Amino acid sequence: MSLDWNALGQVTAVSIGVTVAVVVVFALGVLGLARFEGAREDGGGTSSLGLAQAGLCFLACAAVVAYGIYLIVPQFH
Amino acid sequence: MDHITFLVAVVVVTALAFDFTNGFHDTANAMATSIATGALKPRTAVLVSGVLNIVGAFLSTEVAKTISGGIVDDTLVSPGMIFAGLVGAILWNLLTWLVGLPSSSSHALFGGLIGAVWVGAGSNGVHFDKVVEKVLIPAVASPVVAGVAALIATYLAYKLTARGRKDSVTKGFRLGQIASASLVSLAHGTNDAQKTMGIITLTLISAGALGHDAGPPVWVIASAGLAIGLGTYLGGWRIIRTMGKGLTEIQSPQGFAAETASTAVILTSAHLGFALSTTQVASGSILGAGLGRRLAEVRWGVAGRMVAAWLITLPSAALVGGISAAAVKHGGNFGTVVVALIGAAVAAGIVVVSRRNPVHANNVNDHHEVAVRTAPPAHVGTAA
Repeated sequence: MSLDWNALGQVTAVSIGVTVAVVVVFALGVLGLARFEGAREDGGGTSSLGLAQAGLCFLACAAVVAYGIYLIVPQFH
Repeated sequence: MDHITFLVAVVVVTALAFDFTNGFHDTANAMATSIATGALKPRTAVLVSGVLNIVGAFLSTEVAKTISGGIVDDTLVSPGMIFAGLVGAILWNLLTWLVGLPSSSSHALFGGLIGAVWVGAGSNGVHFDKVVEKVLIPAVASPVVAGVAALIATYLAYKLTARGRKDSVTKGFRLGQIASASLVSLAHGTNDAQKTMGIITLTLISAGALGHDAGPPVWVIASAGLAIGLGTYLGGWRIIRTMGKGLTEIQSPQGFAAETASTAVILTSAHLGFALSTTQVASGSILGAGLGRRLAEVRWGVAGRMVAAWLITLPSAALVGGISAAAVKHGGNFGTVVVALIGAAVAAGIVVVSRRNPVHANNVNDHHEVAVRTAPPAHVGTAA
């Protein structure tokens, strides 16, 4: 039996790293969205900073999703 | 198609039946948390998941080249053993569904095949070192990795968004869940449907209906895709309830963290050629997400029963597979028919018992327990 500890370690490191990164970036995006919506409702003004933050973060997440689809679909490789 | 004997036809039908229970059993992996948090309506969730499973089945060109991934000696495997193994896997899948426990469909299949080959060809047909490498170690490692990832991610998600407006935060994470759940479904379709396609194709090759090195015919791809998609769409609501509500009460940030962790673990392992069970990964993620939210309650009793089910999945399916293989080996076509009829009768019995306390799209989120007996214990029903 040859257990590939290297592969196991890689799966562990990459999985945890990617999960935490995606969730943190997404959470920051959600926070930006919350700020934008909050500002719109409270004072009639808009928080363009919040919107930009949300847009940027969600865009980054969309890129990760696109890469995930690339990995799943064998025709792309 | 005069190569298609009675036995081969039975194997094809049984393989599609297994594929159906596989989809049915695994809907929860992708969709349980989305259903529990209300990110998707139950019916919409299973429809999305079913369609993505079919799409995944058609996308995957790398159909399994071995029946078992090396766990049993494929040269010793006869269509009769495949049939016996599939019967073991189907019955175990249905039984765990009845009690609402998420167990691995792949382990059930491996177990059934191991039992059938052991009885049919002797213990030297089973590669026990491969069983450790491909089943045991991933079964321990993958839920732990997914759980740790989901735990850290959940903790950070709550910490970061603590200052944000509650309703915006919930809404945002719900939208994210739809994307992450869809990715899990697509990955499932590309992985699990191809196992059935591989089994059918290899059976047809061994019967001489297809040439060596032939790919799966279109009807095999289409029927395997439809079987898993239909199974997914009908949804194993009992398992969805356990995973979405039973293990812990899931909120949308947790659901997003759990699904992201599942997707990350499934995709990285698939990319590095590491076999694992989607069910165990998803369950590990959900437990991690439960622990990551402070004061969230994890029902360790349910988690313990689930882990117990994981441990006995392979031996139980092996036992049924072995008994069926003995009947097929000594009884020929007659034995096959008897096994098929008994299997169908037990399956029908399980479905009838499940009707006593049905779980469906409309009540899946009402409760966190899946009871076999009717809820009020006024009259004592016996769980068959």
